[in-house]
Amino acid sequence: MSDVYDRVKELLTDKFGVPEEDIRLEATFEDLDLDSLDLVEFALATEEELGVGISDDEAAELETLADTVKLLESKGATV
Amino acid sequence: MTGLGLVSPAGIGVPANWARVCSGESTASTDPDLAGIMVDFSCRVPGFDAEALLGRKHARRLDRFVQLAVVAAREAIADAGLDPESWDGGRVGVVLGCGMGGSSTWETQHRRLLEHGPGKVSPMLIPMLVPNMVAGQLAMEFGATGPNLVTATACASGATAIGVARDLLRSGACDIMLTGGTEAGVTPLSIAGFAQMGALSTRRDDPASASRPFDVARDGFVAAEAAGILVLERPEDARARGARAHAHIAGYGASADGFHQTAPDPEGRGAEQAIRAALADAGVAPSEIGHVNAHGTSTPLNDVAEARVLRRVLGEGVAVTSTKGVTGHALGGAGAIEAAYTVLAIEHGQIPPTANLDSQDPEIDLDIVAKSPREQHLELAMSDSFGFGGQNAVLVVSAG
Repeated sequence: MSDVYDRVKELLTDKFGVPEEDIRLEATFEDLDLDSLDLVEFALATEEELGVGISDDEAAELETLADTVKLLESKGATV
Repeated sequence: MTGLGLVSPAGIGVPANWARVCSGESTASTDPDLAGIMVDFSCRVPGFDAEALLGRKHARRLDRFVQLAVVAAREAIADAGLDPESWDGGRVGVVLGCGMGGSSTWETQHRRLLEHGPGKVSPMLIPMLVPNMVAGQLAMEFGATGPNLVTATACASGATAIGVARDLLRSGACDIMLTGGTEAGVTPLSIAGFAQMGALSTRRDDPASASRPFDVARDGFVAAEAAGILVLERPEDARARGARAHAHIAGYGASADGFHQTAPDPEGRGAEQAIRAALADAGVAPSEIGHVNAHGTSTPLNDVAEARVLRRVLGEGVAVTSTKGVTGHALGGAGAIEAAYTVLAIEHGQIPPTANLDSQDPEIDLDIVAKSPREQHLELAMSDSFGFGGQNAVLVVSAG
């Protein structure tokens, strides 16, 4: 998929210790063993690395990584 | 006491610890994390790779004081021959000592607040920082869902925890206790604070000689990080399941100086009260104690005040050592690792030497073990711990 997905993948493996083989577009945060605190940290990380944050309201709507990538792209994430 | 786990500057694991402590060789060295601080050396756990030992998630989400304790607890539980998969977790309690909590998390995130604003502070700040999290984490790791708490009596925290755990076991509230203490407070702000108090040795040019308990040239303590975990069971329960007991926690005594925020009472009245209470609790006479693992911080004030009390209460026949010469002072973890070394001294019939004791302070009239370990059969030994705040905790250990 997109460059944004590649960067998200990288963040999840490098910063959050998610095994690369678990990362799929249809995976939920729960599938990846990430809780609500991880999600807040993930939002801080996207802001730092991709220049686009995720608000609490937006985070509440996210189900899968595909949703996440779509949201980041729609907000103009740059890689 | 059926299980023991140690992660300290003397090594990871009980065998490495005992070998290094008996070598009498200091573990202090220049610490790159303290660059620019007036005291830039410490005693660190050698080769502690959190990611390799605990996985990436724990490496990221647990402060170092919790990481050290989890590794030590795994060793202690395995040593006790217990299986957390099959134990009745509701009967397993956790009481650990910790003086400070997640100092490194606190300092890192405070820097983020100042440099990048409140919106950049990690949501993991609080869960990583609070000192009670270490007991909570052990409950999660091992399904230990009985009474669960952390004691904070500064440098006595680890010993206090063991005493409280022993009491909980005795009360019947639990059948198994995971107890001990942990600290990872070697961080720039903490060290600057201790240095400003004048509590730390300033031998920057020769860190290995800096921690020298009872020596006439001592000038302060050397900060260390460590965790020590003990598994306690009632002797009859341990016997019933055929477990080997390393030793017994035979007595516990606690008191407060009620004297000064940081200085010990020069007459040592509070310390004496705790020692006498521990002896009475164990039902033994002072003359029966063969060995004391002293608090022996290497500060000018502590060592002389402590020595006076030990001499007055126990007499002259007791073999005293301070393992802080080797390990440095692990604050809230100290009482726990020293209780463990006291147990090991009884088990091995060997008293480790006090590192760097070249010239014993003439004001200290005690038989201090120096230079090399002393072979000696021991039935009863004592470990004493004194905290800033004037809190005193003393354990009497007897052969298993």
